[in-house]
Amino acid sequence: MTIKTIDKKTIYTYLEEINDPEVPALSIIDLGIVRNVRMNADELEVVITPTYTGCPAMDMIATTIKIQLATLGFKKIKITQVLSPAWTTEWMSEEGKRKLKEYGIAPPNHKQQVCDQKLFAAAEAVQCPHCNSYDTHRISEFGSTACKALYQCDDCKEPFDYFKCH
Amino acid sequence: MNQVLIDYTLHLADNSLILGQRNAEWCGHGPVLEQDIAITNISLDLIGQARNFYQYAAILIGNDATEDSLAYLRKEAEFKNCLLVEQPKGDWAQTILRQFFFSQYQYLLFQQMQNSKDEQLAAIAEKSLKEVTYHLRWSSEWVIRLGDGTDESHNRILKAIDELWQYTGELFEASSYELQVANNATGVDVSKLKEQWMTKVKEIFSEATLNMPGKTLMQTGGKEGKHTEHLASIFTELQYMQKTYPGCDW
Repeated sequence: MTIKTIDKKTIYTYLEEINDPEVPALSIIDLGIVRNVRMNADELEVVITPTYTGCPAMDMIATTIKIQLATLGFKKIKITQVLSPAWTTEWMSEEGKRKLKEYGIAPPNHKQQVCDQKLFAAAEAVQCPHCNSYDTHRISEFGSTACKALYQCDDCKEPFDYFKCH
Repeated sequence: MNQVLIDYTLHLADNSLILGQRNAEWCGHGPVLEQDIAITNISLDLIGQARNFYQYAAILIGNDATEDSLAYLRKEAEFKNCLLVEQPKGDWAQTILRQFFFSQYQYLLFQQMQNSKDEQLAAIAEKSLKEVTYHLRWSSEWVIRLGDGTDESHNRILKAIDELWQYTGELFEASSYELQVANNATGVDVSKLKEQWMTKVKEIFSEATLNMPGKTLMQTGGKEGKHTEHLASIFTELQYMQKTYPGCDW
């Protein structure tokens, strides 16, 4: 297999093995971070977008992509970061949502009231990833990472992270 | 080299960096754990904005400029942030009120900047706006909670208004580079945001049982590099490593 014959599908398979260092249950493909892969002359370009503006994992993800794709034989790899269109949880794959839940993090709901600006709006109904109850409440809109909020289940009493709709 | 666009981009970057740094002072000191996490998350978003703007400015400047050299090696008089963001964090009321004033300003600013003729500025605005929406909602709720709370919280936010209102005028007074980028549709005419900003602040103040301040002499100069003494105290931490160990790296 020479570099010229490596197709996009193979590259994506390799990218699927790279996890988000802050949410290791998810690959960067599940998260929707990889927006495009292009072959320009002898250079491979991977276009990525950050989840949140200040996400400290982006630099590490960019480096990991370079190392991972170098094992396929690519000598020149360019990582381009784009900001527009802005990342949204709507880009997370169904497979990603399943993996998140299995990992103990409630997956994002589809876009709804939390994305609007109403003050003191009722917290979103989020399903407990442990016992599936909807009897949960939000402890804090901001959690351990920029992309998560902190919830607690009123049935099984477990606190859990919710990957908030964004 | 487009000096006006560089100045404007640095102004936007400096605003976000300095407020991000101020808010980060709460790390480990928030009134309760959840709010400690909230204010430092906001800090992270702001520093993320600053990085995007600095990276862009570095490309525009060329030569050896990097996001790090712009944040760590420029001098006080070269910083173009508004005076509001460099003021001390004060108590929780002061931090909250400042965040609310600034988020309301950024919310209106980025809504407009999404349509900038400069693609990169438009993209940064579009991306940041999603997060600023959270900051605005969170800080608005807190202004209401403090204003319409106990005597203690009400008095503290009154004191914060007394302290900070004098720095709000500068947000809407365009500097020479802001005027020029507004004229060629790459930047936003901030003077046009003032009316909407006042209406929004009045709305939240009224719910928080707070009166709008009367006519106040506004302090300005930050956008042109004339700062209060508080910016220097930020630099003693922010730029300490690079000044003590020039060129140090991780």
